[in-house]
Amino acid sequence: MIRDITLGQYYPGNSWVHRLDARIKIIWTFVYIVSLFLIKDFWGYIAVLVTLALIIGVSRVPLKFILKGLKPIFLIIVFTFTINMFMTKGTPLFTLGFLTITREGLYNAVFMGIRLVFLIIGSSLLTLVTKPINLTDGIEKLLSPWQRAGLPAHELAMMMTIALRFIPTLLEETDKIMKAQMARGADFESGNIMNRAKSLIPLLVPLFISAFRIAQDLAMAMEARCYRGGSHRTRMNGMKLKKKDGVACFLMLAYLALIVLQRGVW
Amino acid sequence: MQIQVRNLTHIYSEGMPYESVALEDISFDINKGEFVGVIGHTGSGKSTLIQHLNGLLKPKSGSILIDGVDITGKDVKMRDIRRKIGLVFQYPEYQLFEETVHKDVAFGPLNLGLSQEETDQRVAEAIGLVGLDYEEIANRSPFELSGGQKRRVAIAGVIAMKPEILILDEPTAGLDPKAHADILRMVERIHEVQQNSIILVSHNMGDIARLAGKVLVMDRGRLALTGTPGEVFRQADLLESLGLGLPPATYLMRELQSKGVPVSGDILTMEEAEEELYRILSGEK
Repeated sequence: MIRDITLGQYYPGNSWVHRLDARIKIIWTFVYIVSLFLIKDFWGYIAVLVTLALIIGVSRVPLKFILKGLKPIFLIIVFTFTINMFMTKGTPLFTLGFLTITREGLYNAVFMGIRLVFLIIGSSLLTLVTKPINLTDGIEKLLSPWQRAGLPAHELAMMMTIALRFIPTLLEETDKIMKAQMARGADFESGNIMNRAKSLIPLLVPLFISAFRIAQDLAMAMEARCYRGGSHRTRMNGMKLKKKDGVACFLMLAYLALIVLQRGVW
Repeated sequence: MQIQVRNLTHIYSEGMPYESVALEDISFDINKGEFVGVIGHTGSGKSTLIQHLNGLLKPKSGSILIDGVDITGKDVKMRDIRRKIGLVFQYPEYQLFEETVHKDVAFGPLNLGLSQEETDQRVAEAIGLVGLDYEEIANRSPFELSGGQKRRVAIAGVIAMKPEILILDEPTAGLDPKAHADILRMVERIHEVQQNSIILVSHNMGDIARLAGKVLVMDRGRLALTGTPGEVFRQADLLESLGLGLPPATYLMRELQSKGVPVSGDILTMEEAEEELYRILSGEK
């Protein structure tokens, strides 16, 4: 049940997108996210849709798998949609009691909804096609110029690696504790909000204790292997940009240009 | 109370690239009052199997009949199943959460909708059954107990629900020899007092041989072997090829046999071995 969450998951594969340098993919994702906020009408979304479709097609990650990642944030999307629909002032379309739906509201709601969906799909695509370890290596490399200014790039990257590494572990732990409490007759699914929040206590208390225990064990294991942070560490697989990374870079610039143009022209 | 499992199949992450068949076409019966041992290599599907028995997992196909009622159906009340079938997970002490031992053990019975008095009485009874002193421990925090005590409290939390079938998934994992023996003695006592069926998952062949009346051997999601301990542990080669072994006493007897000592090969427990050796040494025929 809880294992079905795909956020932050890696989809094993060996496609062109999978083999790209992680740094390029991170920058691509960053550009993509920024581009979503530059778009001002639905025409822009067509460009985004085509780009996304192309990347997903090349990566060979099944669409079903990607859409599944939307499920956990479905509520947020609905919430945003509703708020936008009712709270925007403008020409009224029709009235429901004290609630009024305006033309602008409907437009905004759809516009924001699409933006959110694209945002999630795009950013989950990054982790789907990049091994977590490459991802954090990439982040470390990208942050390293700021190391001189006192930014602990390696430590930040290590923290991210550990966080990513322990998402499945904690999910598994949650699943286990949930089942154990369900076997004792706990009910996580029915009742009103207050009862449901209360029913989470038997889950959260053991989960926190587990998390602390795991963290302590990990810290000990790292100490035992003489981990001393970032200084003087070398790595087995150095990151080198290849030709395909150049191609990806070029495509990214083309995409960015297109988005900026549509903002200026239309 | 009887369990009939028929053609049970379960697949994890179906439709995903890493889908795996966890259980395949499993059928067996468990009768009222039976003590069943489940053995199998790590990852052979033991835990998946027992989670089906109280409805935590739903099978892909097949049925589980409990007293004739199929619990894989949609309109089955989970609460009724859990009242009948108690499941103690591996390392159950990690599921403790309440402020006091009493409250933690009472969690299950209260969820069943029992009254406070009935619950209090059951809690005291269950804590006694697992071999702890109720007066001394009831108002302490479960987190300040020792490892073995925590595990007993967690097991008491399930026993207080008075299940007709009690399933224990490796209840002795990670305990020292004394706590190990204590927990098993406790399981035997619960079996005696509550007159329930027990399903014990274990990696310890000696324990299974001594306690179980019936043994299920799992291998890669299939039921490789079923029978009495005598029948199962006679298949030494098969068990070893499945990454399992024989009880220590059986090994000893086989070793003696290969050295030419005329002992019986069907010895399962230390007590039996002791008697057999006494018989041989005193020159009886």
